[in-house]
Amino acid sequence: MKTLTINGKSHSIEAQDDMPLLWAIRDIIGLTGTKYGCGVSQCGACSVLLDGQVIRSCSIPVTYAEGKEIVTIEGQSDTLNYLREAWVDGNVPQCGYCQSGQLIAATALLDSNANPTEEDINNAMSGNICRCGTYPRIKKAIYKAIELKNK
Amino acid sequence: MGAIQNMSRRNFVKVIGLASGGLVIGCQFVSDKNEIVRIDDGTTFTPNLFVQLKKDGTLILLASRSEMGQGVRTSLTSVIADEMDADWNFVTVAQATGDSKFGNQNTDGSRSIRTIFEPMRKMGATARAILISAAAKKWNIASSACKTENHYVINTTSNEKLFYGDLVTDAMKIEVPTEVSLKEKKDFNYIGKQLKSVDLTDFTHGTAVYGIDARLPNMKFAAIARCPSTFGTVKSVDKTATLEITGVEQVVELERVKRPFGMMGGVAVIASNTWAAFQGKNNLEIVWNKGSNGRYDSEKYMQKITNRVHNKAKVVPPTKGNITTAFKEASSVIEATYQMPHLAHAPMEVPNALAWVYDGKCEIWAPVQAPQATKTEVASYLGIDEEHITIHVTFLGGGFGRKSKPDFVVEAVALSKKMNVPVQVVWTREDDIQNAYYHTTSAQYLKGALDKNGTVTGWLHRTAFPSIVSTFKPMSDYGAGFEFGQGFNNNQFDIEHMRFENAKAEAHVRIGWLRSVCHIYHSFGINSFVDELAAKAGKDPLQFNLDLIGKDKIRKEKSPFPLNTKRLKNVLKTAAKKANWGKKLPEGHGIGLAVHYSFYTYVASIVEVSVKNNKLKVQQIHTAVDCGMVVNKDTVTNQLEGAAIFGMSVALHGKITAKDGAIEQSNFHDYQMTRMSETPNIDVTIIESDEAPTGIGEPGVPPIAPAIANAIFNATGKRYRTFPLSEHGLV
Repeated sequence: MKTLTINGKSHSIEAQDDMPLLWAIRDIIGLTGTKYGCGVSQCGACSVLLDGQVIRSCSIPVTYAEGKEIVTIEGQSDTLNYLREAWVDGNVPQCGYCQSGQLIAATALLDSNANPTEEDINNAMSGNICRCGTYPRIKKAIYKAIELKNK
Repeated sequence: MGAIQNMSRRNFVKVIGLASGGLVIGCQFVSDKNEIVRIDDGTTFTPNLFVQLKKDGTLILLASRSEMGQGVRTSLTSVIADEMDADWNFVTVAQATGDSKFGNQNTDGSRSIRTIFEPMRKMGATARAILISAAAKKWNIASSACKTENHYVINTTSNEKLFYGDLVTDAMKIEVPTEVSLKEKKDFNYIGKQLKSVDLTDFTHGTAVYGIDARLPNMKFAAIARCPSTFGTVKSVDKTATLEITGVEQVVELERVKRPFGMMGGVAVIASNTWAAFQGKNNLEIVWNKGSNGRYDSEKYMQKITNRVHNKAKVVPPTKGNITTAFKEASSVIEATYQMPHLAHAPMEVPNALAWVYDGKCEIWAPVQAPQATKTEVASYLGIDEEHITIHVTFLGGGFGRKSKPDFVVEAVALSKKMNVPVQVVWTREDDIQNAYYHTTSAQYLKGALDKNGTVTGWLHRTAFPSIVSTFKPMSDYGAGFEFGQGFNNNQFDIEHMRFENAKAEAHVRIGWLRSVCHIYHSFGINSFVDELAAKAGKDPLQFNLDLIGKDKIRKEKSPFPLNTKRLKNVLKTAAKKANWGKKLPEGHGIGLAVHYSFYTYVASIVEVSVKNNKLKVQQIHTAVDCGMVVNKDTVTNQLEGAAIFGMSVALHGKITAKDGAIEQSNFHDYQMTRMSETPNIDVTIIESDEAPTGIGEPGVPPIAPAIANAIFNATGKRYRTFPLSEHGLV
């Protein structure tokens, strides 16, 4: 039996030790907002926060996340909510599939860097692929969220 | 209730069916008890309608096309709402299941708005007319004394108002009008404006349900090992290591279904979760019979088709003048060869499907672009009637043509039938890259004649590419008419001597359509070659292109939207103006253009790049588009921005290769996508137009790659004729 704390709620689950956190979240706990994209940390669709740090949950064994605070796209935080507002304002998503990971990656960025430069944004977000190509809008929305946050 | 039942069927067929080729659809009113008004004979429940209004005013509008990022759930329903004078805040969108009652739901070819814009307008206008009649009857006045505004009918004499929701009961008794009038453009509330996606809350909270998120009690998860070479078969399988994995329950062999969208067959691992299924699959020891495609080597193959386009090939109409004379009399002649590799769609959501076969029925939850084709495929596999099959169309995490081909659904159906439980098949990213319906590989040869004034007098274009038809009809070794029509033998130029030829190209993988299809390579060849001709003639590429397109005319062709050269030149001029064409560029920078007509839409892109120390950076893209009347400006802009990024992936990174029949790439580390760090500024200009609306999902892609190559030439003097640019060390 393993215990995971996700979005402030505790979940006791049966999972093999080497199961990536992604599949424990999706298939066992049933939170499907976190997405599978590549399985090898190349696309960022599976991004979640682990004690505030962004990680690719497809490549982290579930045991590593025990005892840590996990935040997924279903969760809440001030930064995440500002980003959501900015995402809606900028009508960012197309298919929407990668956006969970994009929002989580942006949350980690703004939590660690209140006023990132364009280069900081590129560095923080280039691990997240959007096949629809919403990058210009994601970038604009990040600037907008900073504005909302600093107000 | 009787009146609407009897009249609706007849009238809706008349009102809507004629415009859309047999749609039997209409508006439906639902009481607060959720009692459905039946529209046919009153004895069967037929929820086959696009408009449902509830007493609380809630308006449920049905989207009949799949949402894969193109914003169609918002655009189609906003058209109904606009004609209905509905308040958008009352609208919720429901997704149509794959049923012929909803008309053709096939979502590809950039045709949703083009083909059902008018029917959807009539749908809304009819609902509005019924509501007006109901109110007029209540007030005992003529309908002409009523108007509608934001979910209310207004009595223009007394200024009394009736809320749409309060008219539901009365509206059910109103006969469906035989004729309705549509709004004038100036009266639109939503069409042509910037409505946001109806799905933003779900997209930003992780609550949008994609196929891969579908869940049923007692479901199993499956992963399938498929032969690395196309249509190879299983020789032997050792499943020992697989069965030792926690969560793995069973290993099942699947036979290939020899249909275009039939499954490839292979070895399936059934497990209690996706991860166990993936691991189980990776631990299978399989010996494959590689089959007739087992020696496919895409590099050698490229040499083969390149040699073929360097020689005379099959002539494709229309031939004009005499190309031999043109070259003989030319003051200069140039030739060039262009090559592009296979591509995979790689939608962020991998192919997947959840199927449940029970009691002679089948229910499916899947991200499909073609729910009706899916139904046909499943019916064929199970040997049951289509009426026993339900397709729940989920959100699609990208499609790009991949999810038009429901082979992955057949796999889930086959496994559910064998296992007697709901089964979800999920492809790994490796499966997606290595067992796709590939965008074809192509070689093109172009030869052009210039007279002493630098005018193009001769144009010879040879193309060779494995045809999409080969997927449907094996041994189809030449291109098909619809493929030539995608930018090859119907280019926009009026040149004195023209000749088109198509060389043989056998398929060794499944060939499928990918966003923009044959326009991708034909636009690359044509726009690059025109740039080469301009350079040879010593002319400015912008003016050279405009001259080559020639004077204003509407081409004589069998098409509801014949090419209008004025519109084509206009997008080019508009993009050029936005890009400030001719401006002085910084050191190491270059600018290039491309213009292309596809899916009846006109697009020009002008790209500025920098090349420093042989490293390319795309700095700025200006795109101008004319897609007729625009339904949603922000959607159009978003599609064009996305198309620029998609086109950059093609130009900079896109390459799928095969060796010994197997695809050599496997995931995003070796099949790269454009990322944020590479993203340029993208500026989109939409031409105001009253022409009928045309496609927007695909037309933005074809100009990007050649415009980049032309810009690199402008910056460096070096011409790149083989994509992707990463192969040349530029990325």
